Formats: sequence, structure tokens, C-alpha cells
Amino acid sequence: MMQNDNPFLTRLDWLSLALLAALLLVAFPLGLDTFRLNLVGKYLTYAFVALGLVICWGYGGILSLGQGLFFGLGGYCMAMFLKLEASTVENTKIQSTPGIPDFMDWNQITALPWFWQPFHSLALTLLLVVAVPVAFALLVGAAMFKRRVSGVYFAIITQAIAAIMTILIVGQQGYTGGINGITDLRTLAGWDIRTDGAKLLLYFVNAALLIGCILVAQSVRRSKLGRILVAMRDKEDRVRFSGYAVASFKIFAFCLAAGFSAIGGAMFTLQVGFMSPSFVGITPSIEMVIYAAVGGRTSLFGAVYGTLLVNGAKTAFSESFPELWLFGLGALFIAVVLAFPDGLAGLVRNRLLPWAGRMLARGGKPAPVRPGMVTK
Amino acid sequence: MFGDYSLSDLGSIFVMQGFAGLILFSVFVLMALGLAIIFGQMGVINMAHGEFMILGAYVTYLTATFFQNHLPGLFDAYFFVAMVLAFLAAGALGMAVEWLLIRHLYRRPLDTLLATWGLSLILQQAYRSSFGAREVGVDLPGWMIGSLQATETIEIQINGLFIMALTVLITIAVGLMMFRSRWGQQVRAVVQNRVMAGAVGIDTGRVDRLTFGIGCGIAGIAGSAFTMIGSTGPTSGQLYIVNTFLIVVFGGAQSLLGTIASAFTISQTQSTLEFFTSGSMASVITLLGVVGILMLRPQGLFTLKIRR
Repeated sequence: MMQNDNPFLTRLDWLSLALLAALLLVAFPLGLDTFRLNLVGKYLTYAFVALGLVICWGYGGILSLGQGLFFGLGGYCMAMFLKLEASTVENTKIQSTPGIPDFMDWNQITALPWFWQPFHSLALTLLLVVAVPVAFALLVGAAMFKRRVSGVYFAIITQAIAAIMTILIVGQQGYTGGINGITDLRTLAGWDIRTDGAKLLLYFVNAALLIGCILVAQSVRRSKLGRILVAMRDKEDRVRFSGYAVASFKIFAFCLAAGFSAIGGAMFTLQVGFMSPSFVGITPSIEMVIYAAVGGRTSLFGAVYGTLLVNGAKTAFSESFPELWLFGLGALFIAVVLAFPDGLAGLVRNRLLPWAGRMLARGGKPAPVRPGMVTK
Repeated sequence: MFGDYSLSDLGSIFVMQGFAGLILFSVFVLMALGLAIIFGQMGVINMAHGEFMILGAYVTYLTATFFQNHLPGLFDAYFFVAMVLAFLAAGALGMAVEWLLIRHLYRRPLDTLLATWGLSLILQQAYRSSFGAREVGVDLPGWMIGSLQATETIEIQINGLFIMALTVLITIAVGLMMFRSRWGQQVRAVVQNRVMAGAVGIDTGRVDRLTFGIGCGIAGIAGSAFTMIGSTGPTSGQLYIVNTFLIVVFGGAQSLLGTIASAFTISQTQSTLEFFTSGSMASVITLLGVVGILMLRPQGLFTLKIRR
């Protein structure tokens, strides 16, 4: 993999990127009505989390079961900005304290607490949407990786942190909106986000951001950093003894994953119009891991397809056989782990591409063998 | 915060909260013992542990219903039958799961975690389909209802006392099994050095299956005991799984004594805090404390040196 003629994107990557862009930017908007497109947009916000997990788990070998936390933090930051904009003195004059969000008024809070103050400003909000979760990931990552906590223990502790955050959000409803979350969001800097036109535009912004994040992840994967991550996943001690600060690389991967998740969370809030603790806890966090696993844990593009596939199946099942969905999801977890550890991407790499290669080779010269394609 | 209470009131409060904490401690120990065996000794992350516990609770519910309808004369004794059945049912399911699922994944602990999470979803839905989404409760036998009046302001519930006694018995039994029986010796040998244990003739596969089965069986007993103080729903197990894992990790995964010590610390902290703040803030503070300590001391309270 170390040759100099290895470009940023191989021919196969270009093909995958073009295919994904065509699907997201052309096929879905043309083929789906606004409601379904908005639904796909919602799924794509989960794909940001799955993408982060590919870098963090697939490449770095760090399984975080608390990614919903970062998704939620990003989403809550965005939601608070929208909520403050919706709670003008004019709109809330029936409250006992006009000008603060309604859920605060219901809980006898009379002034906006200091930690929500920065969210009056759009520029600051856009910064904090990414900065808060990344700073949190930095804190957690630095505390744990410096002490060489990894693998299973890291998974359990991140899970616990996600659980704590859920309990905290639900318990402190005067500050966070409690179990209902932050709802009734209307405008972004005066622009109504509930119209069909706004939803269409937000879908395109979301898809473009996702493709941007894929390119960022790709540049990490292609760089020396990406190779160190893989080396660390496979033989951590050997990397450490070669003189690399293993902890710093892990912290970076974890923070990058947190940043991606936060962008997804903010886009979720904008497209769906609310944020609630049900996206923060353990259950959503583990479900997001399965999106990455179904797509193939080492495949950036697979993460997107895995997310779309699992969520599509979820919606289809829940509409017709709600009873069966949990059985299906449970079986999916087991099947992906036991039978298809490389997910969809593994099927494409090991079955579809060789088959396509043979089909093409029948007409002309034999297909070239590409040893670098399987990353395991 | 203490201003409104007299000194004797405060004393009673601490005793009562301490007692509530002891009941919580008993439940935590029962849940964590099974996990300490499965996770601590075998290194398997069983996310479906809570569901094995709920299986025990449902078995108890079924037994209670059966006794009510067919053997009303023996109703006072149903709980002991239910406990044995819960152990057998959860243990049998555990061994089946080990054989079908876990044994293929011993080298991939993170994948075990995902697979057992899938299993927990399937079990939850199976409970919901067969017992309904509503929580079910069992009728306590007559001798377990009521409370002892220790002083004027302190009263102690009999079902709580019973659970504590049960916890002590089961803990002693597990301790004896681990440190005095041939099976325990084999388990410890496999934990310390799997290859060498195999080389001296221990059937490590069989030991694994039995260990997993017994761990799940203890979860079943915990679920059975759980029906004495609360009702059971399809998703009840999930509420406890994070706490249980934290207890085992906090205690030092390989140490049974550590598990008990950490269950004690966590339950007492939580029940004392619960009196002064809301229940949710009490668990937030307790869990944050545990996570904070784990960040400073990742190996947990008690550690055991083992060869990897």
C-alpha cells in the first residue's frame, strides 16, 4: 500500500464516490416525494455517526458505544439556537417570564441559564455544534487512552457516559426540555425550516456535508495517520514500541468520530425539527454501530449504504409488521457478526468485484489481481 | 439541608436509607455475581444478561400463577420451586447460547458484545409477544408481607430481609463453588492460562459452556428474587445492565470480592444521595463518581495478576 503511485482516490474509489453522489444528489431527489426525501435525509444524518465509527472502530479498533451522546450534543446545540429564536418576547408573552423557552417557564425558571447564553448567536452556535462534542471527546479520550483503557472497557465506559447523559437530560427538564426534548422549532436566522422548499435545500446541504465528511475521512484513511491507526488496531504494542504515542492517535480518531456525529446531530435537528434524549442513550448508540457493521466496518461508503439499508428496512417493517422488527434487528446483529463480519462492502469486494472482473475478462485480457483491496 | 430534621430523625433516616441501600445492594450483588463470572472470569461481554434475569422473573411469575391455580395449599412454598426453575431455565438457555453463538466469538470480544445485544433485542420481543408489554407482578406468599417495627421510627420490610438472606446464601455458594469445587478450580485454571489448562487435560470448551450456563443461571435467580420487590416488564433488564457492568468493572473484573465491595459502595452512595436530591440526580452523581474513579484507576478496586 505504500507505493507513491497510490493516489488520493483509486479508480474504484472514484467510481464509488460518483455512484454515491449520483444516488444522493440526483436519484433520490428525483425519485422520492418530499416526505420520503426528508426521511432519507434523516437516515443520512445517522450515516455521519456510522462514518465516524468506521474511522474510530473499523480503522482504530476503538469501539465507542456512546456515539449517540455526540450526535445528541450537536443536535441539542443546534436545537437551542432555534428554540431561542422561536422564543421571542413577542411569541411567548403569555408566559410568566416572556422571552425564555417554554419548557423553562413551565419549570419555574425565570432566566436563561449561563450555559445556554452563547446560543443566541448563529456563528457561535455553528462553532459550538462541533466544538462542544469534540472537546468532550477530547476530555474522555485523553483521560482513558492515556491510561491505556481500551477495547471492552472503553466500550462499557462510553456506554455508561451515554446513559448518564440521558438520565441527566431527562432529570433536568427545566434546563433541557426533559424527556420530550426541545420541540416546536421554526426558523433558522429568520428562514422558515418547515416549508417543502427549505426541506429540499436542507437535504442537499446534508448530502453535500456527508460527501465532504467522506472525503475528510478518506484523506485520513489514505494518510500515514490512517496506516498507523490500522497498525495500532492490529498490533498496538508493536506500534507503541516503535515510538508512536498511541494514545494521541486514538484521541484523534475518537474526536474526529465525535465531530462527524455532531454534524449529523445538528443536521438532524434542522431536518426533523426537534431533538430529544431518545437519540442520546445506549439503544440508539448501539444501533448506530450496527449501521457501520452492516455496511462493512472498514468501508466509508459502506457506512452510508448500511445506514440507508437498515433504516429503510426498519421503516418498511415498522409500517407493516411492527412485532417483527426487533426480531429482525436482533437477527441482523447476530448475522452480521457471525456470518458477514465485513458487511456489504465485504460482499462487494470479495464476490461482486471478482465476478465482474471475470465477466469483463471473458471478452478481453484477464482481470488484474488487486491484493491491496482487502484491508483486513 | 439538615436543618429541618432533629438528631433522632436524622439517625432514623440514615438507618432507613441504609436499609434501602442494603436491599439495592443485594439486588446489585445478585445481578453482578452472574456477570462477574461471565465477564470477569471468561471475558465475555454478555449484553443480554439483563434478559436472562428477566427470564428468571417470568419463570417465577408463571410458577406463582401455576401454584395459585392448581396447588393453592402449597402457595407459601412456591418461591423456592420458582427459584430452582428460574436457575434451570436461565442456565439451560445460557448453555444453548454459548454453544450456538458465544463459542465462535471468544477471540472477538467486541463482536460478542454486538451479537449478545442482538440476542437481547430478540429476547425482549419474545417476552413482549408472550407476556404482553405491560409489567407483571407476582403475589407474595403470606409470610413475606409486612414489616418488623424495630423502633418507633424505623421499620424493616420482611421481603427485603429475605432477599438479603438469599443474597448472602448465594454469594457463599458461589464462593464455595469457585474456590473449593473441582469445577471452580478448572475455571480458574482456564482463566489464568487457557492453553496450559487444555494441555493438562481440562476440556476448556466444556468448562466454558458450564461457566456461562451457571453465570446465566445466577442471573435467573436474581430475576426471581427481583419479583419480590418489583414488577417485571419486557425491557426491565435493560435498565440494570449498565449499572451491573459498572459494578463488575469498578470492583476489578477478576475479583469476586471486589464485585461485592463495589456493589456495596455504589448502592449505599446512591440510596443515601436519593434522600437529599431527586432519584435521577442521585444516579447521575453516583455513576459519574464511578466513571471518574475508573478513569483514574482503570483496573478497578481489586485486581488480580494474571498471565495473558
